[in-house]
Amino acid sequence: MADGIQTFTDGNFDQDVLKAGQPVLVDFWAEWCGPCRAMEPAIKAFAGDYVGKVTVGKLNVDDNPAITMKYMVRGIPTVILFKDGEIADQIVGLVDRNALKQMVDRHL
Amino acid sequence: MSNLRDVVIIGSGPAGLTAALYSARANLKPLIIEGLEAGGQLMLTTAVENFPGFPEGIMGPDLMAAMRGQAERFGGETIRGNVSAVDLSRRPFTITTDDGPIEARTIIIATGASAKLLGLPSERKLMGHGVSTCATCDGFFFRGKPIAVIGGGDSAMEEAIFLTRFASQVTVVHRRDTLRASKIMQDKAFANPKIAFEWDTEVVDVRDPEQGLVSSLQLRNNKTGTRKDLPVEGVFVAIGHTPNTSLFTDQLAMDEFGYLVTHDGSRTSVPGVFACGDVQDRIYRQAITAAGSGCMAAIDAERFLEHERH
Repeated sequence: MADGIQTFTDGNFDQDVLKAGQPVLVDFWAEWCGPCRAMEPAIKAFAGDYVGKVTVGKLNVDDNPAITMKYMVRGIPTVILFKDGEIADQIVGLVDRNALKQMVDRHL
Repeated sequence: MSNLRDVVIIGSGPAGLTAALYSARANLKPLIIEGLEAGGQLMLTTAVENFPGFPEGIMGPDLMAAMRGQAERFGGETIRGNVSAVDLSRRPFTITTDDGPIEARTIIIATGASAKLLGLPSERKLMGHGVSTCATCDGFFFRGKPIAVIGGGDSAMEEAIFLTRFASQVTVVHRRDTLRASKIMQDKAFANPKIAFEWDTEVVDVRDPEQGLVSSLQLRNNKTGTRKDLPVEGVFVAIGHTPNTSLFTDQLAMDEFGYLVTHDGSRTSVPGVFACGDVQDRIYRQAITAAGSGCMAAIDAERFLEHERH
């Protein structure tokens, strides 16, 4: 996680997201999803801006069907903000860094 | 990066990148602001079979990567990010991006078009939870499930055919009794055993927002008035596109559908501002026509700059 982006999985989700000490922004993505790749710079820039305030990580929907199903993600990119183990907010579809900030700032 | 540019191109689909290629070769060192959806609508497609020069077809994202590479080879400079505002009221024009303002002697607008939605409240609520406008992004989530595609044009047929890879059954819901799609796409769709059709049919509602997932579509036959429920877990909306022109409201002439109006080639209502591709094309909307109009815009911008200097 040299770039400050964590990798979430079905295995670590409970510990690293739901029981995390601060809000966590999870980017649901896949290799084959063009818009997901287009959103990467926005996610990275956001992570840089919110170091120490919001944990940022990615969850590959191909490899992690359980969490993908659990949160009823049926389209990517989807970005979900978790706070105290619950969904605080989410955005579906490709958005820029400002849209991420606006969503997250409402919950900090 | 100098803050005053000869040519700034907004958008990076086939129109924007062809404009970039031509203006780069004219030594105008164009700046291309890629926009959020860098590469444009072709980034969401699979095989493109009607772009000349590729007899075996080419994948949309590969075609866009090649166009971008070709523009950059001649000195086109691309930047990521989005334009949040433009001021076309005085020259040089000002373009506000996420990373600050840029001034431009000419602007080539190639912002393209975005998928249109049905406009139902339930559709909005279920976006990403069964409602989608991108088959290549979201088809994966519907393996072995029944789904519907709304629309009757080429994109609807392309999505329906693509989605048969995943879905158990694809029902095309179309409000007329004939398709608008090209003959070759129609033939492919009719021949596909997994694709069924609901003709003369409109979507009244998407169920079930309460559950947070799509469970069915409520349909209404617009000839008989009969209603019925179509159980599906996914809905792909492919009913056309709307031009991305909100940045230019009250600054440039638009037609009643919001498309930029061009005259004498690619000229908009403001001298020095040119438009190409789907943002000004309600009729053809092809990769090749977008690219062709991008070439026109670059030549028009070049001549405009030349004229200014003399």
